[in-house]
Amino acid sequence: MSGYALRRLLQSIPTLLVVITLSFFLMRLAPGGPFDGERKLPPEIEANLLAAYNMDQPLYLQYFDYLAGLLVGDFGPSFKYKDFSVTELIWSGFPISFELGMWAMLIGLVFGIGFGCYAALRQNTPGDYLVMSTAMAGIAIPNFVMAPILTLVFGVMLGWLPAGGWNDGAWQNKVLPILALALPQIAYIARMTRGSMIEVMGAQFIRTARAKGISERKVVTRHALKSALLPVISYLGPATAGVITGSVVIEQIFGIPGIGRYFVQAALNRDYTLVMGTVVFYGGLIILFNLLVDLIYAWLDPQIRYE
Amino acid sequence: MIIKRSTLLRNTLRTAAICALSASTLVSAQTLHRGIGGEPGTLDPNHVSGNWEDFVVGDLFMGLVTQDMHGKTIAGMAKDWTISEDGTVYTFNLRKDTGWSDGKAVTAQDFVFGIQRILNPATAAKYAYVLYPILNAEAINKGEQKDLSSLGVKALDEHTLQITLKAQTPYFLDQLTHYTAYPLPQHVVEKYGNSWVKAGKMVSNGAYQLAEWLPQTHIKARKNPAFFDAINVTIDNVTYYPTEDRAAALKRFRAGELDLNYEFPVDQFNWLKKNMAIETRVSPQLGTYYYPLNMRSPKLQDVRVRKALSMAINREIITDKVLKTGEIPAYSFVPPGLGRYKAQELSFKGLPYGTAVKQAQALMEQAGYSKDNPLALQLRYNTHDAHKKIAVAVAAMWKKIYVKTELTNAEVAVHYNELKESNFEVARAGWLADYPDAQNFLSLLEPTPNNYGGYNNAQYNQLMDKAAVTLDPVTRADYMQQAERIAMDEYATIPIYYYVNLNLVSEKVKGWQPNLLDSHRTRWMSLAD
Amino acid sequence: MSNATFAAQGDSLMQDALRRLFLNRATLVSSLLLTLMAISCFFGPLFFNTELDEVFWDFMGTPPGEGGHWFGTDTNGRDLLLRSLYGGQISLTVALIATLVSLIIGVSYGAISGYMGGRVDNLMMRFVDILYSMPFMFLVILMMVVFGRSILLIYIAIGAVEWLDMARIVRGQTLTLKRKEFIEAAHALGVSDRQIILRHIIPNALGPVIVYVTLTVPKVILLESFLSFLGLGVQEPMTSWGVLISEGTANMEGAPWQLFFPAAMLAITLFCLNFIGDGLRDALDPKSR
Repeated sequence: MSGYALRRLLQSIPTLLVVITLSFFLMRLAPGGPFDGERKLPPEIEANLLAAYNMDQPLYLQYFDYLAGLLVGDFGPSFKYKDFSVTELIWSGFPISFELGMWAMLIGLVFGIGFGCYAALRQNTPGDYLVMSTAMAGIAIPNFVMAPILTLVFGVMLGWLPAGGWNDGAWQNKVLPILALALPQIAYIARMTRGSMIEVMGAQFIRTARAKGISERKVVTRHALKSALLPVISYLGPATAGVITGSVVIEQIFGIPGIGRYFVQAALNRDYTLVMGTVVFYGGLIILFNLLVDLIYAWLDPQIRYE
Repeated sequence: MIIKRSTLLRNTLRTAAICALSASTLVSAQTLHRGIGGEPGTLDPNHVSGNWEDFVVGDLFMGLVTQDMHGKTIAGMAKDWTISEDGTVYTFNLRKDTGWSDGKAVTAQDFVFGIQRILNPATAAKYAYVLYPILNAEAINKGEQKDLSSLGVKALDEHTLQITLKAQTPYFLDQLTHYTAYPLPQHVVEKYGNSWVKAGKMVSNGAYQLAEWLPQTHIKARKNPAFFDAINVTIDNVTYYPTEDRAAALKRFRAGELDLNYEFPVDQFNWLKKNMAIETRVSPQLGTYYYPLNMRSPKLQDVRVRKALSMAINREIITDKVLKTGEIPAYSFVPPGLGRYKAQELSFKGLPYGTAVKQAQALMEQAGYSKDNPLALQLRYNTHDAHKKIAVAVAAMWKKIYVKTELTNAEVAVHYNELKESNFEVARAGWLADYPDAQNFLSLLEPTPNNYGGYNNAQYNQLMDKAAVTLDPVTRADYMQQAERIAMDEYATIPIYYYVNLNLVSEKVKGWQPNLLDSHRTRWMSLAD
Repeated sequence: MSNATFAAQGDSLMQDALRRLFLNRATLVSSLLLTLMAISCFFGPLFFNTELDEVFWDFMGTPPGEGGHWFGTDTNGRDLLLRSLYGGQISLTVALIATLVSLIIGVSYGAISGYMGGRVDNLMMRFVDILYSMPFMFLVILMMVVFGRSILLIYIAIGAVEWLDMARIVRGQTLTLKRKEFIEAAHALGVSDRQIILRHIIPNALGPVIVYVTLTVPKVILLESFLSFLGLGVQEPMTSWGVLISEGTANMEGAPWQLFFPAAMLAITLFCLNFIGDGLRDALDPKSR
C-alpha cells in the first residue's frame, strides 16, 4: 500500500506539469489582459508595464521562466495586489479557508451521514420526507442567497452574531460562515448516504447478517455503513479540496480573508501569476485528496486491490 | 426582550474589543471604522490607481498641496508658493514643522525622489502620465531621456522645491493634490526596495502612519505624531475595511460595525431613504456616464442616426425610475460644477420627450429605417447590475425608433478589450475626473487612447490645441466650450447621466462633508459619542 | 425464531407494497407537477400580450398584483411572471442537456476506468485530476472564443465540466462491483467486456448515479448564472432562473418577490426531480426486480 501511495505521489509531478502547461497557455489565450481596465493606458506606459512583468518576451520564454521560478518556489508577484507575492497571498488566506472548510466538512459529514442513515432506515415515512426535504432545501437555496439571509437574521435582526468581518478569528465571526459552508455539504452527503444506504440494506450480506441474529444497530454501523459510504467517499475528495480552498461568495458576504476569492477574482483581473498560483495549489490539493480517497476506499473495501 | 439583551451583549463585546485595542495606546483613543469599497492593490503612491486605495494612501501621505474637507485645494507640505509670469515655473516653500512618521524631516529632495521614481520606466507606474506636463517627464517615462536629473523638478535647498513645466498648464496645481505627486521617504525606499510599503517598514508624512495590513481583512493606521497638524487630528486610529460586497457592507454598517462606507447597494436606496435617511449621503460628483458611438461603423457615421439615438433616450426616466439614486440627467459631456467653464448642452434639451421621440423617428425614417427595416445595433456593457438596467431601458426606448438592440455583456477585462479593439457599435463607458478641469473630459474626444469611438474632428482638435497653450482662463474656457459645442452638435457621444457620490455616514461621524471629488480625509473627522 | 422471521417478512412484504404505492404516488405527483412546470414555461408565454423585453415605465419594481402583474415586476419594470417562465425555459433546458452530457460522459468514463483497472484506470483518473485543477473560467471563455457564442454550446460546456464527480463515483462503484461473483461469473462465461460494462456494471451502479444526478441539476442551473455573469451565458433580455435569483438576492429586503418567485419555481422543480429520482432508482434497481 505504501508503495502504491509513493508511486501516486511521484505521478503527481507529471500531472501537475500538464496542469500548469495547459492552464498557462489557456489563460494567455483568453481575451483581455491584466492591464485592461476602465482606462486605456498610453502605449508607452503599457510598454513599461509589459517590460516590468517580463511580458514583452515571447510566450514560450515566459513559460519557461515561470517554470524556472516554480522550481525554486517562486510564484512571482501578484499583478493586482502589487505589495504581496502570490505565495504571501495564498499562505495568509489558506489557514483561514482551511479552518472554516474543515469545520464545515466535519459538520457536513456528521450531520449528513446521520440524517442520511436516519432517512434511509425510515424510508418513505414522514421522518424521511422531513429530513430529505430539508436537505433538498439546502441544495435548492444557493449559498449566495443563504449567506445574506443568515447575516440578515442573526447579524442584523437578532444581533446574536457579527454581521461580518473576521475580527482576528474570534469564534463569533466564524459561526455563520461555517454554517453557510456546511449546509450544502450536509444536504449533499445526506442525499448520497440515504441513497446508497437503502441500496445496501437490501443487499444479500445484510440479510445474512440479520439472519445471523446480529442486532440491527450493529448491522447498520458495522456492516451497512461501511459499504454505503463508498460513493460518499468518492465525492469527498474533490469536495474537500473545494471547501477548504474557500468560497468567493461566502468570503465576500462575510468579509473573510480566505483564498476562495482569488480563484474568481484573479481570473477576472487576469492576474496571471495569481491565477497560476491558485491553479498549482488547488491542483496539488486535488491530487492529494483523490489519493487519500483511493486509499480510504481500499481500506473500506479490502476486495479492491491497487496494483 | 431577546433583541434588547443581545444588543447589550453585543455592545459589551464591542466595548471589550475596543478596550483591548486601546489598552496599548490611550484610554480615550478614538477609532474610525471605515469601509473603502475594495481591497487596495497597493499602498505605494506610485502604483495606486483607484479611489478605494486613495482613501488610505491619502490619509498616510500628503503632497505639496492637499484637499480640505470640501475638496478644495489648500496648502499641504508647502507653506506657500510663487508661480512665474509665464506660468511654467512653480517655486514651493516647504514647511519645516512636519516630518516623516519616523521623525525625520520631509525635505525637497523627498519630492524630487518621489517624482523621479514614478517617472522612471523601470517603476512601470500606470499613472505616470498625469505628470507629463512637467519638463522632460514624458521623455524620461518613455525611456528616451535616461538622465533623471534633466527632469523639471529640483530641490533648490532643503526646504525649497522648484517645478518647471513643459508649457503652462492651468490645472497643474490641482494635479499636485494627486497621489502621483506625493513625496516618498528616500531613506526608507532605498533601504528596503519595493518592500518598503509593508507595515513596519513604511514611513509616511500624512496625518496617519500604517500600523497593520492583513490582506482582505483590514488595514490599520494610527496617528503620525510628526505631522504638523497632529494636535488637531482627533481620530487616533483608523481601520479600513475592503467592503467589496455592498449589500454585506450595509448589513455591517447597520450592525454598528462600520462608521463610514464608500457606496451602498443602490437597489436598496428606497429602503435606505425610508429607514436611514440621515446616514445615506448622495452628492454630485465630477463624472459622466456615457455611451461612446463607434464612428468607424458605417451605421453610425450618419449624424441623423446618432442624433436620433441620443434623442430617444429619456434620461429623466433613467435617473428617476431606473437608477433612483439622485443621479443628474446629462445633456453635456463635461459635467457642471467646473468653475468658469460652462458645459455645452445637446440641442434637444428641454424638448418634451414625446416630441423628441417623434423627431427621432422622423430622423430615422430619413436615414432609411422603418418598423419593417429596423436598424440592428449592438449595445455592449460590462457585467454590473446598474449597467444592465440602463442598457435594458435604453433598448426599450430605442425600440420606438426602429432600432433592434442586441445586448451583449461581458466581464470588465473583456469589455474594455473589445472597446480597445474597436469591436463594438455602442458601448457603456464612464469617466471620473482626475483633476477638476474640463480638459480632462474633452481630451476623450481627441485622438487619445481613451477615445473609444474614434471621433476625430480637425476643428475640434485645433480648438483643444489652442486651449492647451492659452494662459488666460477666460479665453481658454471659451476655446474648450467651442470644442464641446462642435462635439455636441455632431452627437459624437451620448452622455446619459452625471455620477453622484454614494456614502454611508454614521451620525457619530463629524467633519464629513460631501464634495465633488469625494475626497474625505480622516484628518478632518471626529467621532461624537 | 422462525416465527419472528416470518412476521418480519410478512411485515416487510406489506410495507413493501405500501411503499411502492406511496412512492409511486409521490413520483406520479412529481412527474405531473414537473410536466406542468415545463408546459407552463414553454407554452405559457404564448398567452401573454406583452413581450419579454417590454418595460412598464409606471410599474418599476412594483409588488405582485399591481398593474395586473401577478408576480410583480423586476427593477426594470418587466413582468416577472413572464420572465420567470422564460427563465424556466433556459434553466430546464440547461438542466436537461448539461445533466445528460455529464451523465453520458461521466458514467461511461467512470465505468471503463474502473473496469479496466491498472494502468488504464490510473491514466484515466490522472486525466480527471488534471481537468479538476484547470481554471474552469478560462476553459469556458476559450470554448466560447473558439466555438462562438451559442446557447447550446454553453449547455454542452457546462455538462462537459460537470462530469468529473460522476466519473469518480461510478469508477468507485465499479471497483467494488467488478470483484463481485456475478461479474466474475459473466467473465468466465466469456461475456465481452463491453457487454459486462453495459449489462452488469452500469445498471448496478445506477443507484448512486441517479442520486448524484438529482444533485447535479441544481449545480448546473446555478453554474449557468455564473456564466451569464461572465457574459457567456444568456444575454438580456433573455434570462434564466439562476440569473433571476441572483438579481433578486441583491434586493431581498426591498423587493422580496423578485427573489421568492423564481426561487420557488426552482425549488419546486428540484423537489419534483428528487422524488422522481427516488422512484426511478427503485424501479431500475436490479435487486428488486
